[in-house]
Amino acid sequence: MSAELDLAGRVVELARRLGGADAEAEVFVERNELALTRFANSFIHQNVAEATTTVRLRLHVDGRTATGSTTVLTDDGLRGLAERALTAARLCPPDPAWPGLAPPAPLAGPGNWDEATAQASPDERAARVRAFVDAARGLESAGYCRTLARAGGFANTAGQSASGRATEAAMDAIARGGGADGVARLSAGRLAELDGALLGTRAVSKARAGGAPVELPPGRYEVVLEPTAVADLLSNLAMYGFNGKAYNERRSFAEPGAQQFDPAITLIDDPLGPTDLGLPFDAEGTPKRRLTLVDAGLTAAVAHDRRTAADAGTASTGHALPGGSAGGAVPLNLRLAAEPGPAGAATDVTGPAADADAAALVADVERGLLVTDLWYTRVLDPKSLVVTGLTRNGVWLVEDGRIVSPVQNLRFTQSYPQALAPGAVRGVGRHATTVPDNWGGAWWSAPALRLAAWNFTGGASG
Amino acid sequence: MTHFDVATAAVQAALDAGARYADARVMHRRYESMNARNGEIEELSQNEDAGIGVRALVGSSWGFYAVPELSDAAARAAGGRAAQIAAASARVAGPTADMVPVEAVTASWASPCENDPLAVPLSDKGDLLAHATRTMREHGADVAEGIYQIWDTAKWFVSSEGHRIDQHVRECGGGISATVVGDGETQRRSYPSYRGQYGTRGWELVTELDLAAHAARIAEEARELLTAPLCPAGENTLILGGEQLALQIHESVGHAIELDRILGWEAAFAGTSWLDLNQLGSLHYGSDLMNVTIDPTIPGALGSFGFDDEGTPAAKRDAVREGRWVGVLAGRESAAVAGLDYAGSVRADGWARLPMVRMTNVGLEPGPHTLDEIIAETDDGVLMDINRSWSIDDKRLNFQFGCEIGWEIKNGRRGRMLRNPTYTGIGPIFWRSMDMLSSETVAWGTPNCGKGQPGQVGHTGHPAAPARFRNVRVGVRG
Repeated sequence: MSAELDLAGRVVELARRLGGADAEAEVFVERNELALTRFANSFIHQNVAEATTTVRLRLHVDGRTATGSTTVLTDDGLRGLAERALTAARLCPPDPAWPGLAPPAPLAGPGNWDEATAQASPDERAARVRAFVDAARGLESAGYCRTLARAGGFANTAGQSASGRATEAAMDAIARGGGADGVARLSAGRLAELDGALLGTRAVSKARAGGAPVELPPGRYEVVLEPTAVADLLSNLAMYGFNGKAYNERRSFAEPGAQQFDPAITLIDDPLGPTDLGLPFDAEGTPKRRLTLVDAGLTAAVAHDRRTAADAGTASTGHALPGGSAGGAVPLNLRLAAEPGPAGAATDVTGPAADADAAALVADVERGLLVTDLWYTRVLDPKSLVVTGLTRNGVWLVEDGRIVSPVQNLRFTQSYPQALAPGAVRGVGRHATTVPDNWGGAWWSAPALRLAAWNFTGGASG
Repeated sequence: MTHFDVATAAVQAALDAGARYADARVMHRRYESMNARNGEIEELSQNEDAGIGVRALVGSSWGFYAVPELSDAAARAAGGRAAQIAAASARVAGPTADMVPVEAVTASWASPCENDPLAVPLSDKGDLLAHATRTMREHGADVAEGIYQIWDTAKWFVSSEGHRIDQHVRECGGGISATVVGDGETQRRSYPSYRGQYGTRGWELVTELDLAAHAARIAEEARELLTAPLCPAGENTLILGGEQLALQIHESVGHAIELDRILGWEAAFAGTSWLDLNQLGSLHYGSDLMNVTIDPTIPGALGSFGFDDEGTPAAKRDAVREGRWVGVLAGRESAAVAGLDYAGSVRADGWARLPMVRMTNVGLEPGPHTLDEIIAETDDGVLMDINRSWSIDDKRLNFQFGCEIGWEIKNGRRGRMLRNPTYTGIGPIFWRSMDMLSSETVAWGTPNCGKGQPGQVGHTGHPAAPARFRNVRVGVRG
C-alpha cells in the first residue's frame, strides 16, 4: 500500500469516528515533488524545488457538505482538518444536490512512472539548460526545465480506494535576438526525452528567421497554427466548451450529437495513454478513462464530475478537479488527433517552421500566416467562445507556399469553434507534440493545423 | 521551538552548506471560501497550509527549497537543499548577484481588522450569499453566483543579515454576479466586480459592500443587456469606471514597471516591458493628470503590508509623476542590477514559492473632477464599466479590454445601454489621451494576479477613479 493511500484511509477513519456512522467522507492525498530550473539572459536565475503532501477531505453529514485541506500531517493537523470540516458541515445550509460518493471501481492502470525522472537532480536539469543555452549560439535564451513526480492516494467511506503515481518533465524556452523571439516547448513522461540542444536549435532557428518583421494590416488571414498555438485552442475549448458545468448551464457552445467541427477534427481526453502524465483517478476517486469529445467533427461528449453528471442525468467521466467543483469539470489532457501517415522528425526542417508537418502545411498556403504561439488569450463571451489574444514567438507571411517575411505580432478576436467549424480546417499535421501547461496538471497534445481564416483585429500599432 | 527558531535553523544550515546569504520564511495560512449558486451554497472550503521556504545565494547563484515540515531537522535539511540547488545553478552562471542594503530589523506588523472574518458564523456568511443569489434568480438571472474568500496569513522571516520579522495579514472580500443566457451568447453583470472587492481588512469590508442591495439591479441589467444595441465600432471618446480603470492600471502600468520584466528575467513567460531604464525620469508615460504611486502603506488596501518578503519596510514611492515615468517595482537584487537604491516590492505566494517582484498597491492619485462632471462635459462618447475580459501583449503595450456594460454618452448625458463594449489601444498613447480624472477614488483589490514559474498568484491593490480618454478605438469584436 502506498503511503498516500495509507494516509487517505486513516483520515477517512478519523472522519467516520468524528462524524458518526452515517457520515460520508472522501479523502484525496497528493504528494508533489516539483523542481524547476529557470533561466533568463542565458543564465540560471531561479532554481526551486518543493516536496509537499496535501490532504483534501470532503465530508457530507446530515445532508450538508464541507471540504477542506491541509499540509499539516501531524496527528493534531489531521484531526484539526476533520474537526473543521465537521463543524463547517453542521453549520452550512443543506446541499440538496449532493451526488454521493464514488462507488468501488478498478483503475485502468497505475499511471506512468519513471524513477529516473522522479529522482532527477538539480544538475540534470541544469545540464539541459546548459545545452539549450549553448545551442542558442550567442542569442539570449530564457525559459525553464522542470520535473514533477506525483503520487496520489484516495479512499472514501463507500469503499473506493485507489492509488497511482506519475512523472512529468517539461522544457519551455525561447531564444531571442534582433528583436525576435523563437520558442521550443515539450512535455514528456521522462526527463531523458528532453533534449536541450535540440530544443535550443529549434528556438534559435525561429529567432534568426524573425528579424526585421513587417507590419501587416488587420484582417482575415489563412493560418497555419503550430502545436504551441493549437494548445491554446485546446485549453480554451476544454475550460469553456467541454466543461460539464458550463454545458449544464447552457453557457457552453457544445451540443453533443451535432456536427459542430470540421470532419478533420477528432478531440480526445486521454489521461491514460502510454505517453500520458497524470494520476489514473480523479479527485472524487472515479477512475479516469479515455473520453472522445469530438469524433470526426461530431461533438460526442462533455466532461463530468459526480455533481455535474448527476445534474445532467449521466455518469461521471472522471474529471473532478482537486480543490473543488466550483469551476466545473474540465478535461485537462486533450489530444487533437493527427492525420495518419508518416510524420517528419523535428530535425527534418530548416527555417522558422517548428517541424516538417508545419512546413508541409505551409507549402499549400497561397497567402496566409504561419503562427508559432498565441498569448494572453481571454474570453469575451464563453458561449460563442470569442477569444482575444496576440501572436507571440514568431509570425511569418506565407505566399505561394513559401515563407516570405517575418511579421510583427498581431492581435486577434476570434471564435474558436468557428475557426474549427465544418469546412474551416484545410489541413492537420501528422505528428502531435505534447505541450506543457504553465500551471501544471494539464497538457495539450496537438499537431499543426491549417485553418481557412483567422480574424486579426489589430497590429503592432494598435 | 518557535517559528523564528525554525527559520533561523534553516538559514544557518544554508550558510553551513556554503551560502553567502540566506533567508527563510515560515508561514501558516488559513483560507476559507464559500460559493453560492442560484440560492444554494455550492461549496465551502477551509484550507490550511504551513511550511518553510529557504532561499540561498551561493557564489552568484540562487537556490530555493520548501517543505511543509516545521521541525528543526526538516528546516536544516531544507537549508542544505537550498544551498545544493544554488550550487547546481552555477553550471549556467550569470554575473555576480548583489543586493541593495536594507537595515536588518526586528519587528512585528499586523493588518487592520475590526471583525475577524474567520470568526463570523458560517451560517451568517452562507445566508448572505444564498439570499443575494436567490434575489438575482428572482430578477432574471439564469446563473446567479456569489463568493467570498478569506486569507489569514502569519509569517516569520529571518535572514542571515539579521532580520527577524513577523507579520499577520488578514484579507477578505466577496462579490456577486448574474449571468443570462441568450441565443448564441451570454451577458453578465457583477457587483462590485466579477470576483468581488478585496482588501487587507476584516469582514467589515464585506458588510460595507451590501451585496444584497445590488442583487436585483445587476440581474435586471444583465437581462436588459441581451437586447441592448451593440457598442458601435470606431474611434470615440471613452469614459471608464473606476473598477475597469484599476485593471487598466494593473495591466498597462503595474506590470510594465516591474523591474524583473524590464531586466528580461520574465522574458520567456510573463514577458518583458516596453520601458527602457535609460528613460527612467524622462519618459512621457501619460498626460499631466497621470500620477501613479507604489504604496503598500495604504490601510486596508489589498497590496498592503508592513515588510515585503525580503524584509524591506513598506514605503510610498512615485511611479509616474505628472505623466513622467519616475519609479519601478523592485527587489533587492533587481535594484542592484539596475543601479537603483530602493527595493520593497518582492513577495511570494506562500512558503513554497520563491519571492519575486510583484505589485503592491499601484494606483492613480485622485483627479480634480467627478464622474458626473466628466459625463456632463462629453458631447459624444461611451462609458464602460466592470471588466469582463483583458488581454495585453508581452511588452505591456497592445491591450484589449471588454467590459460588462456600456452606455452611450450624448450631449453631456448618459443614454441607452450598450452591449459587448470593448476597447483597444497602445499603453502610452492611451495614457497620454487622459484629459479628465475623477476624485472618487477606490482602492480596488485584485486577488488573482498570475506570474512566475512555477505559477504564483499575487494579491494587488489599485486605487482608481473614473477617467476620460480621447480618440480610443472601441467596439472590437470577432
